[in-house]
Amino acid sequence: MADTNAPKPSSSVKLVLLGEAAVGKSSLVLRFVNNDFQENKEPTIGAAFLTQKCNLPTRTIKFEIWDTAGQERFASLAPMYYRNAQAALVVYDLTKPTSLIKAKHWVAELQRQASPGIVIALVGNKLDLTSDSAGSAEVSGDGDDTAEDSGDARKISTEEAKTYAEEEGLLFFETSAKTGHNVTEVFTAIANAIPETSLKSARGPGASHAGVSRTEEQRVNLNGPRDANAKEGCAC
Amino acid sequence: MDRDIEAGSNYSSNNIQNNESNTEAVDHVSPLPPRPSRKLSDDGASGALHVAAASKPTTQVSTIDISTLSFPDGSRGTFSTSATSATRSVASPQSSASGYTSPRTDPAETVSVASYPATLRPPGDLADLVTGEFNRRSRAWSMLRTQSSSVQPFEASRTGACDSLAGFEKEFDDIPELGEKGITDEQRLSLWKSKMKHYMILSSAGKPIWSRHGDTSLINSYMGVVQTIISFYEGAKDPLLGFTAGNARFVISTQGPLYFVAISRLGESDAQLRSQLDALYMQILSTLTLPTLKNIFAHRPSTDLRKPLEGTESLLSSLADSFTKGSPSALLGALECLRLRKSHRATINNAFLKCRSDKLLYGLIVAGGKLVSVIRPRKHSLHPSDLQLIFNMLFESGGIRAGGGENWVPLCLPAFNNRGYLYMYVSFFDSVDTAAAAAAAAEENNNSNNPEQPPQPPPPKPATSPDEEIAIILISADKESFFELKSMRDKLALQLAKNGSLQLIQSAARQRRPRIETILNTNNSQSTTTEGQIGQLSHFLYKSRANVQFCQSSLSPTFESPPRSSPSEKDSVSSQRKTEKLVSRRRLMTLYHHLHASIHAKHSHLKVLHLVSEDAASLAWITPVFEFYCVAGPNMSRGRYLRSGFGSWNEKWSILRLVAWLQLLKSGLVGCY
Repeated sequence: MADTNAPKPSSSVKLVLLGEAAVGKSSLVLRFVNNDFQENKEPTIGAAFLTQKCNLPTRTIKFEIWDTAGQERFASLAPMYYRNAQAALVVYDLTKPTSLIKAKHWVAELQRQASPGIVIALVGNKLDLTSDSAGSAEVSGDGDDTAEDSGDARKISTEEAKTYAEEEGLLFFETSAKTGHNVTEVFTAIANAIPETSLKSARGPGASHAGVSRTEEQRVNLNGPRDANAKEGCAC
Repeated sequence: MDRDIEAGSNYSSNNIQNNESNTEAVDHVSPLPPRPSRKLSDDGASGALHVAAASKPTTQVSTIDISTLSFPDGSRGTFSTSATSATRSVASPQSSASGYTSPRTDPAETVSVASYPATLRPPGDLADLVTGEFNRRSRAWSMLRTQSSSVQPFEASRTGACDSLAGFEKEFDDIPELGEKGITDEQRLSLWKSKMKHYMILSSAGKPIWSRHGDTSLINSYMGVVQTIISFYEGAKDPLLGFTAGNARFVISTQGPLYFVAISRLGESDAQLRSQLDALYMQILSTLTLPTLKNIFAHRPSTDLRKPLEGTESLLSSLADSFTKGSPSALLGALECLRLRKSHRATINNAFLKCRSDKLLYGLIVAGGKLVSVIRPRKHSLHPSDLQLIFNMLFESGGIRAGGGENWVPLCLPAFNNRGYLYMYVSFFDSVDTAAAAAAAAEENNNSNNPEQPPQPPPPKPATSPDEEIAIILISADKESFFELKSMRDKLALQLAKNGSLQLIQSAARQRRPRIETILNTNNSQSTTTEGQIGQLSHFLYKSRANVQFCQSSLSPTFESPPRSSPSEKDSVSSQRKTEKLVSRRRLMTLYHHLHASIHAKHSHLKVLHLVSEDAASLAWITPVFEFYCVAGPNMSRGRYLRSGFGSWNEKWSILRLVAWLQLLKSGLVGCY
């Protein structure tokens, strides 16, 4: 990117995506990183690692994104990905009630096991399938069609999810990876919510902590930001 | 040993045909008298033969049905009809010096075949045929369309209406889901029944696990029937292996608590279908590992395995579809390698080894589904069936490639160890930009910057076709080693970009497979006759047994329409071409499957099989060193095989030259893995 060497301070943020299978985690990431969308994307196997920069007025955040697979059999690997993560995106499908239950489980697990101070965003995806997407997605000409032929596929009301998010102190968004609605906003909001203090320590030495970062001496800022916190909370 | 028996009982000399074919009917009804002179030479050579037999291809057995026609000008011609009856076996003598020998020295790939004249001699009968006057024809005869060597394989069925593969182009279409508008259940069922190939996996309790076609509502009852039939035989301690119903062959494979069923109307042999089912089983093990699978069913035999396998349906389907389309790799149990100069491959291998991380178990570089380089511990080899699973995951199903970024995939390689998981790091060189990589080299302090992933949104579709995509695959037993392997990959990418190997791989991948005429013409510049272009082989497969690798000639132009010249071509045209390509490829693969099944049949002891049908003439030749299969037009009868094309060269000479070329090529293959 043009401003790689811009004077603005830049720091890395490890972000993990969690949620039930087929809620659209990979599609959200694909929209954010490549501004692309694929119908009928095949399921992620294991996990994918992507990076994307996010420009804030005062600084640049470089997201290191772990897009995990939602299938049950990969659940045991999840701690490896959310360990030392500064941010998490817990995704559910607006049209599928079980996916919110699963999302709540993930939130609870993160609050229990992940580093304290992790920024969690609850994201309801597939807004394009609901009737109220008409307003936001009209530009693409899609909104009217959805409203006409299938009506509203929404199964989880905004209020229900929002109330839950407020109780737990989570960021909350409803998005559509298909239309791109609200996607960048989620990541920007997360970038803004990461406390400045945790980023300040980003350049600190001694980043070697936990198995993942063993080889990262030269990659100074990978696990750096959470270093201080990770040491406190390394009981996990 | 077999060849001795054949030489005694079935012997018929080709000399007869060579010298007398113009005057004597070559007809299977009147068997040819044994020729004492040949017999003598055979005996004379037999001492040497016993020595040579172990290592050299000797016995030539051809199945061919030759009929004769008389012509007004007094000449006669032979033509071959379907090879179902009247097998004529021809055993040939071979002097100890004949047969090709693989070069002892280490030849550069540039060495021309012509520079090995001493070692490149055909086995005895071929030499006779080549030098003899076999099968001379009048001009009028050779102008007859039925005799024309320009007829391409499968030309008749391509235009004809009665085609066993009619409807194959719809084979991979989805069956509409339940409740879709305007489609009744009966229509869905008839669509389902029209598929030529079915795979089903179910548990011994009768629970459906996976089926290639049709959803649960459609197939549940059939699964029940299948389970009942299999269980009946299982109960009688007499497991059912397969049966035929109409033109469909059912093959059943039982693996512990799982039943696998293949239903095919494509004419594969039982052994081939069974190996396909084994591959599906391997895919399941690769997802779950054997102990997990056993545990699941030990605790609750009625478990629904669909849940634990969730998300791998597409892997099973793409594996199944590759079998249905016809995969030489699966047929031969071998892998295809990218053609590279030996020195270039050595450079790549060295760079690869130099960057090696301690955590690395296996490392592979793959371009467009073809192996470029493998590094592995000395004690562990990589089994082709494991590689097949990996290649299927990366190149056939879109799951990993589509996501972008780098992947960290837990998987079990059943042939390596079916009890535990390994972790596979995968990175595609999406839009391989060596300049970007070099720029990253300068930018050392910004290490985490991934050169192949420009942060700005690139155009949605990368320009590289899947055939040219380069992937680095690093496998470790340590699930925490992602970043270690990632930094190894970054180092390696940098190295490859610096020494130019990346560009070499790219251009080699772009070159596609060699065309037969190119292979032959590079060694013989004067064979530029038009006949050389048309009266020749259409396609070949060559498997090196020692390396478990194969190579094949380009599918175009006979089995694949040439690459589209203009991207702006209409969709309907290109999709029509696509289906055409699909069907003609399947025809070719069906023939190869048939050849493979015949020559590998139990107790067949065949070394060479020449098969002529209405559609095509084909040849299979196996030795301890290699397996070779080739296909030519239907009028490439044996005489044609021998006499036509390539100016002074003829077809079997061409085959021999081809094989010799392939032997040379082998030195450039990746080597054992």
